[in-house]
Amino acid sequence: MLLNGAQIVIECLKKESVDTIFGYPGGSVITLFDALFSEKDIRVIVPRHEQGGGHEADGYARSTGKVGVVVATSGPGATNLVTAIATAYMDSIPLVAITGQVRTNLIGTDAFQEADITGITYPITKHNYLVKDVKKLARTIKEAFYIASHGRPGPVLIDIPSNVFNEKTEFEYPETIKLRSYNPTYQGNPKQIEKAVKMIKESKRPVILAGGGVIASGASDELREFVKRTGIPVTTTLMGLGAIRHDDPLYLGWPGMHGTVYANYTLMESDLIVCIGARFDDRVTGKTDEFAKKARIIHIDIDPSSIGKIIDTDLPVVGDAKNVLAELNKHFNEKLDLETWINQIDSWKKNYPLKYKDDNITIKPQYVVEVVNELTKGINTIFTTEVGQNQMWAAQFLKLERPRQFLTSGGLGTMGFGFPAGIGAQVANPDATVIVFAGDGSLQMNIQEMATVKNYNLPLKVIILNNSYLGMVRQWQELFYDKRYSGVCLSRDITCPKECKGKECKKYWPDFVKVAEAYGLKGYRITNKKDVERILREAIIENKEAAIIDVIISKEENVMPMVPAGHPINNIIERY
Amino acid sequence: MKNVHIISVWVENKAGVLSKVSGLFASRGYNILSLSVGETEDPEVSRMTIVVEGDDKIIEQVKKQLNKLIDTIKVIDFTKKSCINKELCYVKLNMKTKEKSDIIMTSQIFGAKIVDIGKKTITIEIVDTDKRVNEFLKLVSDFGIIEIARSGIVAIAEDEK
Ligand SMILES: Cc1ncc(C[n+]2csc(CCOP(=O)(O)OP(=O)(O)O)c2C)c(N)n1
Ligand SMILES: [Mg+2]
Repeated sequence: MLLNGAQIVIECLKKESVDTIFGYPGGSVITLFDALFSEKDIRVIVPRHEQGGGHEADGYARSTGKVGVVVATSGPGATNLVTAIATAYMDSIPLVAITGQVRTNLIGTDAFQEADITGITYPITKHNYLVKDVKKLARTIKEAFYIASHGRPGPVLIDIPSNVFNEKTEFEYPETIKLRSYNPTYQGNPKQIEKAVKMIKESKRPVILAGGGVIASGASDELREFVKRTGIPVTTTLMGLGAIRHDDPLYLGWPGMHGTVYANYTLMESDLIVCIGARFDDRVTGKTDEFAKKARIIHIDIDPSSIGKIIDTDLPVVGDAKNVLAELNKHFNEKLDLETWINQIDSWKKNYPLKYKDDNITIKPQYVVEVVNELTKGINTIFTTEVGQNQMWAAQFLKLERPRQFLTSGGLGTMGFGFPAGIGAQVANPDATVIVFAGDGSLQMNIQEMATVKNYNLPLKVIILNNSYLGMVRQWQELFYDKRYSGVCLSRDITCPKECKGKECKKYWPDFVKVAEAYGLKGYRITNKKDVERILREAIIENKEAAIIDVIISKEENVMPMVPAGHPINNIIERY
Repeated sequence: MKNVHIISVWVENKAGVLSKVSGLFASRGYNILSLSVGETEDPEVSRMTIVVEGDDKIIEQVKKQLNKLIDTIKVIDFTKKSCINKELCYVKLNMKTKEKSDIIMTSQIFGAKIVDIGKKTITIEIVDTDKRVNEFLKLVSDFGIIEIARSGIVAIAEDEK
C-alpha cells in the first residue's frame, strides 16, 4: 500500500505498540498532525511547551519501561526538546524524539525555523538520524526503537524534513532487525561469573551497590533473590531506588552526598563492592581517590564504557543485570557468614539513623513526606520529584516498595522535570495515585503544564515544599559561602534592602493556589503543622481530581546528612 | 603514563558519522593528534585512523566510547600489534638559489620528492612515519618553511609471518 511519510510514521508507531505520544505541532510537522487527527489507536497529548512534552514522554517511559515518544516541530520546537533529551540520556531512559525539519532542498540554507538538531543532539542522544528519503523512513524508525530500548537504553532522535512527511512510498515494516554495528552483550561471560562467585564467597565485608541499570533491565526480583540468598547488605543509588523494598533488613538506603551515613560507612569499610548497573557518579563516590580503598570491585554492566571509567575494576562482567544476577543466584544456596560485618552495619544504622529535628512551630518537609507515607499506605502510588532539597527529602524519607515507583532526574538534575514527568506517569498509569514532590523554584520551570493536567483531566497531585528559596543552592551558600544568599531568594524584589533581614518578605509569591485556580485546578495551602495531615488527606485521598498543594515549610531547613562536594563520603556533616 | 596510540575505526559510511566521532573527542576532552578518513574495500564502510594521546585508562575509555557509537563497526588499537603506518606531508620552502642543491640533497636522503618548483618556492612531498616526517621537517626548517600540509597517519596491520 502506498502511504505518505506521515502515515508511515503512524503505522510504525502502531507496530511498536505505541498508544500515546506527546507532541506539539508546527509548520514542519503539520502533515504528521494531520494524519494523527483521524487516528484512533494513538492518543496525542499536547503539552504547553516542548520541554514539558519531552519530560512527559520520559515519565511515561520511566513509569512503564516502554519507549516514550515525543514530537516537535523544527527549529525552536526541536531546540526546546534539548533539556528533556539530555535528561533522558543521563538517566538511560528509552525515548524516541521525532522532530520536523525544513524541506530537504532548504537544509543548510538557514531557512525559516531551521536548526541542525542532529548536530545539536549528537552528544546527548544514544543515536540520531536525519531521514531525507521516505523509502528509508520505516527502517529508520524500526532501528530507532530498537536502539532506544536495547542494551543500555537511551534517547534516539529522528529528524524528518517536512517534504518527507508528504512523499509516498510502499509501506513495509521490517519484522526484525540486525545491526552489524550494534550488538549489546546480554549474557555475562561464564568465566567472569565464576570468578565473581569466588570473590563474593571469599569476601568478609561485601556490599551490593545497585543502580538504575537494575530497574532498566527489570532485575529487581533477581536482585532481591540475590540479597536473600547471600545475605549481603545492599545500597541502591538514587536511580536504583525501589529495586529493594525500604523495609528489607539488609537495605541501607542510598549512598553519597545526601545518602545515609551507614550506606557510606559500609561502602568505605567494605572489602568487596558488587556494583550492578550503577556508574560511580561523583555524587555517589565523593572524592574518587579515597573511595572504598579497601574494596575489590566487581562491576556488572551492559555498557562496557561504564566499567573502569571512574573507579578501577577488579572484575568486569559485561551483561544484562537480569541475566547475570540469575546466573549468580544459581551459585548461592546458603548465606555467607557475615555476622560480624552485619553487626557492625547494624550498629551504624542504630547510631546514625536518618533523622530530622521536628518542631511544632514550623512545617518540616520531612514530616510532610512522612505524612504522605502514612496516607498512601496500601495505595498504588508513583512519586516523582523536582530537583533540589525537595528531591533529597523525598528520596530520603519515602517508603518505596517497588521499581518504577520513584521517578527523579538523577544524572542531569533537571529542575522542571518532576511535574511533567508526573503528568507522563499519570497518563501511562491512569489508576495510580501519582504524587509530585516539587520545589517552588523548580515547579516554575514548567508550570504551564498545569494546562495539560487540566485539559486531559489528570488526577495528578503536586505537593510544593515551598521554602521561598532555591533551597539547595541556599544550603550550599549557608554552609560554604558564609550565608551570602546570592540569587536564591524567590521572593526578593527591588524594594528589598541589600542585606536581607528576612522580615517583610513577600508572601506566597507567586500565589500557587491562585495559579492553580487560574488553570482550573484545585489549589490548597498548608501553613500550619496541625493541618498537614487533614488537608493532605482531603487533597490526595478524598479529592479525586488534580490538586496543587502549596505547603509552606520551614524556610531554612537543610538536607542532612551531607558530604561536601569533592570530599570522601565518610566525611559527613550532620547538623540538625 | 601518557602514550601515543594509533587506533583504526571502521564506521558506517554515512553522513554525520565523522562529526559524531570528532565530536566525541571534543566533548570528552580526549587529546586527538590526528584523524584521517577514507573509504574501504566495502563502499558502505569508512575507515578512520585516529592518533590519540593519553594514559592507559583514557585510551581504554576512548576505545570503549568509540565502540559505543552506534555507527562504529570495529575498533583496533595498533599499539600492541605491529602495523605499517605512514603519513603524507607537503612542505613548501623558501628557495634561495644557493640553497637549492642542499634542499634537493636532503630530500633525496629522506626519499622525499620535489613536486613543484616555482619562482620563489619549492614544494616537497614526503611519505613516511610521523617520526621521520618530523625529522625531515626539522632539517628543512633552516631553509625557511612557508607552509606545511600533513594528512595524518594511516595504518594497516602487518600480517603474521
Ligand atoms: C534547570 C536547572 N537550573 C539550575 C539548577 C541548579 N539548582 C539545583 S537545585 C536548585 C534549587 C531548586 O529550588 P527549588 O525547586 O525551590 O527546590 P528546593 O531546593 O528549594 O527544595 C537549583 C537552582 C538546576 N538543577 N537545574
Ligand atoms: Mg524551594
